[in-house]
Amino acid sequence: MNGVHDMGGMHGFGPVNIERDEPVFHHRWEGVVRVMMQRTNGRYYNLDEFRHAVERMPSEEYLRAVYYERWLHAVETLLLEKGVITKAEVAGGHATQPAPEAARDTEPRPKLQPRFQPGDRVRTRNIHPHGHTRLPRYARGRRGVIRKVYGPFRLPDANAHGDHKAWQPCYAVEFAAQELWGDDAGPADRVCIDLWESYLEPEEKP
Amino acid sequence: MSHDHDHDHDHDHHPEAPSPVEARALALESLLVEKGLLTSEEVDRIVSMYEHDIGPMLGAKVVARAWVDESYKERLLEDGSAAVKELGIGYPPGTQLVVVENKQEVHNVVVCTLCSCYPWPVLGLPPTWYKSPPYRSRMVREPRTVLEEFNLTLPDEVAVNVWDSSSDVRYMVLPERPAGTEGWFEEQLAGIVTRDCMIGVARPRIPAESAQR
Repeated sequence: MNGVHDMGGMHGFGPVNIERDEPVFHHRWEGVVRVMMQRTNGRYYNLDEFRHAVERMPSEEYLRAVYYERWLHAVETLLLEKGVITKAEVAGGHATQPAPEAARDTEPRPKLQPRFQPGDRVRTRNIHPHGHTRLPRYARGRRGVIRKVYGPFRLPDANAHGDHKAWQPCYAVEFAAQELWGDDAGPADRVCIDLWESYLEPEEKP
Repeated sequence: MSHDHDHDHDHDHHPEAPSPVEARALALESLLVEKGLLTSEEVDRIVSMYEHDIGPMLGAKVVARAWVDESYKERLLEDGSAAVKELGIGYPPGTQLVVVENKQEVHNVVVCTLCSCYPWPVLGLPPTWYKSPPYRSRMVREPRTVLEEFNLTLPDEVAVNVWDSSSDVRYMVLPERPAGTEGWFEEQLAGIVTRDCMIGVARPRIPAESAQR
């Protein structure tokens, strides 16, 4: 989805604010949220569903929330959607039913023949799906070169939406900065993005 | 959000009403505890692990070893997850560590524009700036300007290679070993490798007193 989370290239956020000697957690509740996520991720939902639950936050809330507030939103949303907790339990403050049995991911990673090899020229597809995707907006319809072959990994676009069998090879794809940002970018600078096979089409011309 | 404290609180009691988000988090925690999905001891144990046991000192150890042992460096660049395991650093299954090497003519830097992917098993949890909109939005588009905000000015002849981590792969930068560290012990070398060097927003620097020796 073309949400506010897809920030690559956006203007208007100002300088990077660097906090000196920052603690790992600013408040105990942030650690609590992190642990709640770790203890439920992979049991009741997967990481792609989690990321998508963060992305589904209304844009103005997403931007206003501190980091672990987004996580809290996503954990709560998914546990409600998956029936691990109920709205009545949240309102009442007490558990009235046991948690459902957790799923375990035991599916082995399949062997797949990658379509592309390092050095191959590719072009990213120009897609704007409503759901989750890991093809950032700034890199759609752009020419790049395959640098590394990874995976296979589950396609996030499917895994976030109930199809957990869509394994695909994944590639580190290198783009010239000028291909992405035009002539103002450094002539020798590059951006490498990990992209799943179905995001890519072969590109014949250099 | 929180106001300044102008007097001492008795911290055995909650000094002020919890913020709405804190109250929500603690309410969910208590629900999950009642359902047997976690215990507060477990929460404290994992929080303490992040605060004390997992951090950039792990990555620094890896970098220092790569600087003194050429064959280790080759293994590290070939398969990062396996190479850090050699040093006793656990890497979770299902994810993969890729180490990218800075060279005289290429500077690498890591970002996650879509969320906050970060090689936490070797660097600990990311700083807030790494997860913030300014860093995520700008590092891919104007890396040199952002690096200058970290006091790192790169000459035009050094190419910047930005890694936008979008998959199950996590990236860590292997910085260049600075001149003037010949003959240093591994522990000394690890001491100059900061978190920021391994994200790629800094370069290792020799402290003034060591340089004068």
